[in-house]
Amino acid sequence: MATPLVEMKNVSIAFGGVQAVDNVSIELYPGEVVGLLGHNGAGKSTLIKMLSGAYKMDSGEIWVNGKRVSITSPRDARDHNIETIYQTLALADNLDAASNLFLGRELTTSLGFVDDDRMEAETRKIMARLNPNFKKLKEPVSALSGGQRQSVAIARAVYFNAKILIMDEPTAALGVHETAMVAELIQELKKQGLGIFLISHDTREMMDLCDRVSVMKNGQMVGTERVEDVTEDDILSMIILGKNPKAAA
Amino acid sequence: MYRDALRHSYEARLMSDQTSDTAPANRPRNVLQSLEVDTRLLGMIGAFILVALVFNVLTDGRFLTPRNIFNLTIQTASVAIMATGMVFVIVTRHIDLSVGAILAACSALMAMTQVRWLPGLGLEIGHWAIPWIAIAAGVVLGAFIGAFNGWLIGYQGIPAFIVTLGGFLVWRNVGWYQTNGQTIGPLDQTFLTFGGINGTLGGPLSWGLGIIAILASILLIFRTRRTKVSHGFPVKPLWAELCLAGLCAAAIAGFVGVLTSYQVPSRVVARDPEKYGCAVAEGCTPVYGLPISVLLLLAIAIVMTVIARRTRFGRYIFATGGNPDAAELSGINTRMLTVKIFALMGVLCAISAVVASARLANHSNDLGTLDELRVIAAAVIGGTALSGGIGTIYGAILGALIMQSLQSGMAMVGVDAPLQNIVVGAVLVFAVFIDIQYRKRTGAK
Repeated sequence: MATPLVEMKNVSIAFGGVQAVDNVSIELYPGEVVGLLGHNGAGKSTLIKMLSGAYKMDSGEIWVNGKRVSITSPRDARDHNIETIYQTLALADNLDAASNLFLGRELTTSLGFVDDDRMEAETRKIMARLNPNFKKLKEPVSALSGGQRQSVAIARAVYFNAKILIMDEPTAALGVHETAMVAELIQELKKQGLGIFLISHDTREMMDLCDRVSVMKNGQMVGTERVEDVTEDDILSMIILGKNPKAAA
Repeated sequence: MYRDALRHSYEARLMSDQTSDTAPANRPRNVLQSLEVDTRLLGMIGAFILVALVFNVLTDGRFLTPRNIFNLTIQTASVAIMATGMVFVIVTRHIDLSVGAILAACSALMAMTQVRWLPGLGLEIGHWAIPWIAIAAGVVLGAFIGAFNGWLIGYQGIPAFIVTLGGFLVWRNVGWYQTNGQTIGPLDQTFLTFGGINGTLGGPLSWGLGIIAILASILLIFRTRRTKVSHGFPVKPLWAELCLAGLCAAAIAGFVGVLTSYQVPSRVVARDPEKYGCAVAEGCTPVYGLPISVLLLLAIAIVMTVIARRTRFGRYIFATGGNPDAAELSGINTRMLTVKIFALMGVLCAISAVVASARLANHSNDLGTLDELRVIAAAVIGGTALSGGIGTIYGAILGALIMQSLQSGMAMVGVDAPLQNIVVGAVLVFAVFIDIQYRKRTGAK
């Protein structure tokens, strides 16, 4: 089989006395969507934050494209083309869409000043593709609806040629129509060969969108299965009981 | 069964999180919207004009004389310079209670350098290099103290309130040790030109600068418009641009006009006729014109505005103030940012120290006492939100000007000293109250 886009091997992290992620391994291949499921506090977001550079892992290895890498900051992750859409969206509410989209990676003029006009023009372009209804380019993102804020966060992740995309509950704040749009986007990005980690609580949505699902409980990996091999009930029982029915059988 | 129930609860939660998207309403544009001027700025200018007019009536027209306006501007300069830096500090959700103390420490160092140490090393008093070495030493000290504060706050995680409360006690008294508590003076003649009355441009130079400023502002307005058109962005109607350009030109011309109509009193000219270009001309009437300290303030205001709006540093300051977590997740080094912001604040304190000590012609230990509160009040009256992420440089300067106007106005009217402070305190709270009401009405955060 091809080399995985990203491979996390035996990663662990503890906060105080709590082992938030305990010896977990997971891999992601190009053009694949891997879903992470589990209760609140199961360790999904923590696992993903080690990959996106928000947390530093205590032990374990991360391999990107078959090479071992060290990710100690969000900047490192971005350098490896790992982009994240956080559950909280991580937007600066007082800034407009363009400033948020380019935050930390501003376009500059030849004199080194930020080039707001060029950034706005680029933002218009990508928003026209992602969310054609998006018009409030000049207003701080605090004035936007949940869906519009989400599209800013998504635009930020896909604009910079991500190879690996992490989506932490991308549809939690969205209406039916926008949820469908995100699903469509995921399919399109998949076709382009991106690997996507998807976190969600909605098992049915995960069955539709993902190629494989991994279930976590209490910081440990319960199991990873191809969606066509399991039923929704199997997954729910993995989430609740913390046991893999297929492994037990 | 229980699995179904669980799934239902999952779905119920998902549903409850859903919000609907509303289309932006297209409201008709009125004149103010066409001009695209900041209504908060207009409100502040309105408040300032109201204050000025009321005092003018109460003082029988003595408040709005060229002489008093000149004095107001040079009295405002020191606090306003520091207030521009305080905007960045408050925008990133910090506070700096030590600015008055840093000012005193820098002023003490600069005074000692020019009056005692450099002459002691053999540079004769009046040597051209003395003031510049002194200023450089003060700026370096200010940057160092500020960076140290920023390091304690950013890297060690000590709250800014505590660090600068400590600094409030420490730095003024460090200055005291340097000077042994003595008042140090007289300061260097060149140094004194930064203080106000001793350093003005005179008539012709002031007008020359004013005309350059008018041309530059018109050029800026139309260049901005051209870039917008080239990107295909919507622009305001041409008449609105012309109005704006006209207003700018009128404001600059008015400001220069007022300051250049303040004549140098004849007995002052008689003391040193050559300084005012009156060596030969009989009955010549020289004017003060733009004070160098005010020019310094304006230059700093422009630089700070450019930093805030057009540099990554400024963008990161506002992003961090709006959402520190988001800034960090975007790869911004928020700790180093804190060090830089406080170092910049320290540099501005040092520049303020030049202006403040030069205005008084010597250094005394109580220089800048209570300035920290004036500076914070100026920034806050100017619309800087203590919750972070919001603030403007011009707002802070206007805030400083409004406070200084209130104080000198009341002094001219003859209001009792305790009552003066009561009024200033009440105005501070009232200004923030109005600001909160304004934000509620307009829906801005």
